[in-house]
Amino acid sequence: MRYFLRRLLQAAFLLIGVSILTFLFSALAPGNYFDEMRLNPQISPETIAALRAQYQLDRPVPVRYMRWANSLLHGELGYSFAYNSPVAPLLWVRARNTLLLALVASLIAWTLALPLGIWSAATLGRLPDRALSGITAALLVIPDLVLALGLLIIAVRTGWFPTGGMLSVGFESLSPLQKLRDLALHMALPVIALALSALPTLVRHVRAAIAEVLSAPFLRVAASHGIPRRTLLYRYALRAAANPLISLFGLSLGALLSGSLVIEVVMSWPGLGPLLLEAILARDLYVVIGGVLCSTVFLVAGNFLADVLLYLADPRIRTQAAAR
Amino acid sequence: MGLRYENTERLLIVENLRKFYARRGVLGAKKEVIALQGVSFSIRPQSTVALVGESGSGKSTLAFCLACMERPTSGRIIFQGDEITAFDEKQQRAVRPRIQLVFQDPARSLNLRFSALELVSEPLLVQGRLGKREREDRARALLAQVGLPPEKALRRAEEFSGGQRQRVAIARALALEPKLLILDEALSALDCSVQAQIANLLLELQSSLGLTYLFITHDFAMAGHLADEIAVMERGNIVELGAADRVLLEPQHEVTRRLIAATPRLGPAAHLPQVV
Amino acid sequence: MANPTNFISPLLQVQDLHVAYLSRAGHKSSALAGLSFEVRPGETLGILGESGSGKSTLAAALLRLLPGNGQIERGVVLFEGQDLLQAERRTLQRIRGARISVIFQEPSLALHPMIRIGEQIKDVLAAHESSGGSVMRQKTLQLLAEVFPADAARIAESYPHQLSGGQQQRVLIAQAIACGPSLVVADEPTASLDPSTQQEILSLFRKLREQLHLSLILITHNPALLAGMADRVLVMYAGKAAEIGTAEKVLASPQHPYTRALLQSMPSRVEMHAQRRKSPLAVIPGETPNLEVPATGCRFEPRCPDRMEMCTKREPVVVNVSESHSVSCFKYGE
Repeated sequence: MRYFLRRLLQAAFLLIGVSILTFLFSALAPGNYFDEMRLNPQISPETIAALRAQYQLDRPVPVRYMRWANSLLHGELGYSFAYNSPVAPLLWVRARNTLLLALVASLIAWTLALPLGIWSAATLGRLPDRALSGITAALLVIPDLVLALGLLIIAVRTGWFPTGGMLSVGFESLSPLQKLRDLALHMALPVIALALSALPTLVRHVRAAIAEVLSAPFLRVAASHGIPRRTLLYRYALRAAANPLISLFGLSLGALLSGSLVIEVVMSWPGLGPLLLEAILARDLYVVIGGVLCSTVFLVAGNFLADVLLYLADPRIRTQAAAR
Repeated sequence: MGLRYENTERLLIVENLRKFYARRGVLGAKKEVIALQGVSFSIRPQSTVALVGESGSGKSTLAFCLACMERPTSGRIIFQGDEITAFDEKQQRAVRPRIQLVFQDPARSLNLRFSALELVSEPLLVQGRLGKREREDRARALLAQVGLPPEKALRRAEEFSGGQRQRVAIARALALEPKLLILDEALSALDCSVQAQIANLLLELQSSLGLTYLFITHDFAMAGHLADEIAVMERGNIVELGAADRVLLEPQHEVTRRLIAATPRLGPAAHLPQVV
Repeated sequence: MANPTNFISPLLQVQDLHVAYLSRAGHKSSALAGLSFEVRPGETLGILGESGSGKSTLAAALLRLLPGNGQIERGVVLFEGQDLLQAERRTLQRIRGARISVIFQEPSLALHPMIRIGEQIKDVLAAHESSGGSVMRQKTLQLLAEVFPADAARIAESYPHQLSGGQQQRVLIAQAIACGPSLVVADEPTASLDPSTQQEILSLFRKLREQLHLSLILITHNPALLAGMADRVLVMYAGKAAEIGTAEKVLASPQHPYTRALLQSMPSRVEMHAQRRKSPLAVIPGETPNLEVPATGCRFEPRCPDRMEMCTKREPVVVNVSESHSVSCFKYGE
């Protein structure tokens, strides 16, 4: 238990550190939301000054940070200038959408990566492995942007998939089954794009981890007992390779979340990506900080999840943790 | 069992050495592991003392304490008349070249990617007294002394057999001209015929270089062959200590008798097991 | 199960086995250069060999478990009438662990680090039988009780890293006998163990072979371990058989120069009596041969105290020095 508490504490420190840095960078970046407003001749300088005072932008940075941190502890993430609403509800909706995308894409990517990686490792150096290596190399080289655009073109040309957004216009009036279908159709392309962008790295890591385990003595010993090949690969090899793969899983969740930014923007998926992009361009300070913090939380949660899974999967870690 | 030696002609005197380790038990309770419970013995210069015991008897802990790699919890170690347990870090560092260790598995104690020459020159390099040319000459001389063919000097240790690697480990230990060599199961991982070769090498080096050996092993046969005195350890204590002949022919302690009986060896009627 | 009264047909027959390894640079290293021997039902064959003799290669080759760069070039391995080297995968899989078990070196690396001991034994049973879960559990506990008279249930729940070297070795033995094989091959089963643990493991082997009428192949580099354990002894050098005969004959009156030299180089209690302590042992000079270079004559010749001119020209043939003792050496005939 102490093991997990320590991990949680580390995570908390990480979050505090990230929040400070983000706040600092955003506050120190040239320009602010109101510069945009100043360009608009319809708004008087007095109004702008008043607004600035209202949002307390003329206070020194550390003070602003403390006020923000304080409100954070009350569940308030600040106020968005652009959307003219509190940041929190804005963030939750978008975060939920991104999470949905990332989790489904993760699931698909891993479900494909495991058997492909195992197959590659089992046929190391021979044709199936070489072919797969070639395909993953090609996928790795293609930028996410190109992938997303390519899929969009398919959508436009075939008309099978909607070309953007999350839900169709008349969503509310659909039956539950139709709602599900609608969501699925909208999700399909972004998920495919995300999964394909993550797949090559995953396959390579699975291949490497399994290949290393396959040359371990205990695997030959198991083979000498007549244990069938299937069991050897999936039960023995995979379990032994669990260590590096579970750590990879934690990291991949984080990577997927940051990778989803480009894809969400291109495919108009209403997630954190487009929100963050607009907020940065508009210097919407609190949205930026909130968004970055959200991403960090996902990253940390992903790693923490990996820690928990690792603890459950590897008895040696349990013994080590208990001995401390 | 303690024998006290007032005589300062002993190269090494160990008095009542104790070593405790603090370990956390599973439930967080502090547990103490007692590795050495008050060990006393001494070694005459240019002689060999064999330390025999099973795993967990504390022999490796004793080796580490003597080589100044671990600090004993209490007790004294007197080496060449100096009480090194009372030394500070700097003084201990000055003593270390005089007491060297050779470990059991050369594959783990040597970095196999280095050549034999590099491995043997390394202690000289760290010591910093000799120039490059002199280091190389000395290293080559050492390798010749341990019987490694000169053409192998530049080969990487990973290409060597177990016996050759152990020769390199010994040469490396001799680089700084130690007075005491502690051999921690140095022969145990080798094939039988190779053990004989290395054992002969050790005997030869002892007489030509005037070395003193502490030979740690669980093989009574080899201990009997190489040692002048045998000390038998069990659970942190020396349970029997005496001249090799006497300990082997008239073992007093039950542990000694058990270990002698358990040592596999060919008796006169070689196909039958030895029964004591 | 083997029929112990049938002394005519051997259980295992190895004929002219050649195995080589290919290094990454493309060099071929000959590990077994024509090994032939047999094992009779119910007997214990001790294979005496040092590093480079090919003994571990033999253990792996019997069940075709060589690493990727190992090739079986030639030879026949007859077991219960079948040639294992030609058998189909499925047949081989049915034999592995069930008819022939091999216990490899290094028990600490032989068990899966993340699966409980009981599970790993059950896996061996499950590979060859299709009984229900509770039957398997029963059998697992029974097997563990054979090798751990006291602690069986606790060991079943443990993980490999929680066991000592001796305990791990016992688990491997339990796995080996799980499906009632007729032949068990043990490669250096007592290396890296304390002397008393060594004796316990050897006693365990003795008990089990009697109980289960096992044939045993015990591979070791220490001749002393074979005294009192083996019925016959095969001495290997550089991938070939140097000498084979009853344990009594080979260990007490060895004929091959290598065996003689090996036995003479071991310190024994006798020496201590004779005050020959601290005098040099009679070692075998030189090193084991480089197996990448093909043999032209006897491999032991460079180190042999009895070498003759013809030893460099041809490889020696097998000569029977007595009814149950044969040697590969020109000293005894051509």
